[in-house]
Amino acid sequence: MNTRALRAAFPHTLPVFTGYVVLGISYGVLITSQGFPFWMPTLTSLTVFAGSMEFVLVNILLGAFDLLQAFMMTLMVNARHLFYGIAMLDQYKSLGLKKLYMIFGLTDETFSIVCGMEPPEGVSKSKFMLFVTLLDHSYWVLGCTLGGIFGSLLRFNTKGIDFAMTAMFVVIFLEHWQKEKSRVPAVLGLALPVGCLLIFGADSFMIPAMLAILAALTILRKPLEKAAEQEVLL
Amino acid sequence: MTLTQQLLTIAVVALGTMLTRFLPFLVFTKGKPTPRYIQYLGKVLPGAVFGLLIVYCLKNVTLLAAPYGLPEAIAILAVIAVHFWKKQILLSIAGGTVLYMILVQFVFV
Repeated sequence: MNTRALRAAFPHTLPVFTGYVVLGISYGVLITSQGFPFWMPTLTSLTVFAGSMEFVLVNILLGAFDLLQAFMMTLMVNARHLFYGIAMLDQYKSLGLKKLYMIFGLTDETFSIVCGMEPPEGVSKSKFMLFVTLLDHSYWVLGCTLGGIFGSLLRFNTKGIDFAMTAMFVVIFLEHWQKEKSRVPAVLGLALPVGCLLIFGADSFMIPAMLAILAALTILRKPLEKAAEQEVLL
Repeated sequence: MTLTQQLLTIAVVALGTMLTRFLPFLVFTKGKPTPRYIQYLGKVLPGAVFGLLIVYCLKNVTLLAAPYGLPEAIAILAVIAVHFWKKQILLSIAGGTVLYMILVQFVFV
């Protein structure tokens, strides 16, 4: 029963395998190039397991010790996960203890598989979803661990490798830009932080910027909801 | 940061991440509809957050002294161009990063 579910889950996770291993290696090399020990990427991949947030974490760890700002940033960066949870409420409801791990591992990619794919007949959906979560998590840990090892062994000039994070966010930004009906949130997301950066400076602009985005989106709710109504749900 | 402070920061980031993943299951029980405001935020927030993160990545770039943010500007334009051309997420990221590394190591030294 378990092997059948694993076999059914595996092919669906192959694209995630490529993505997680490559990004995990970049992240591992990046964080070790900034002077962190080789086990750091393994630790964060096991505990945090949120790709974009781990890239952001490198910068947070290089800055001043500020738990509140780290917490606020995590909530903003990962706020989208709230909606994956909402979408999976019913399916994850009655899964017992397995559920705790599956919610822990509900990343963007895992969500896109468990939400969009059905297992073949005879394979239980809950086991299928569990194996998708488990496989994706192992790919991420594998990539990050390899990156940590490469990063601490390789002695090439890594200057500028931190741009991988900027490039990743630019690409995700473009994907949203092309997909969304309304580009107002994207424009606000760029313009308000730039304004706050000019006013508050590099060290303290993030929290004002997050509050400004939340406030602006709340004020603009009516017109934006109207635009969103023409969209297919989520 | 000391190692203890680093580990505390990682713990807080892990906790925050878990909060965003577990909250729906704790708050929204079956039969109770999700508040409309929350649903709305779920649609518009992702589009805004990645702009914020781009600014966050670039917050220490100086525009008023050499190299005037040129390596960043060139590499970002390259990422955009490669992305519209090939539509391959990993290729766009890798291409932009390699170009940026060449720029800061050999061109704008």
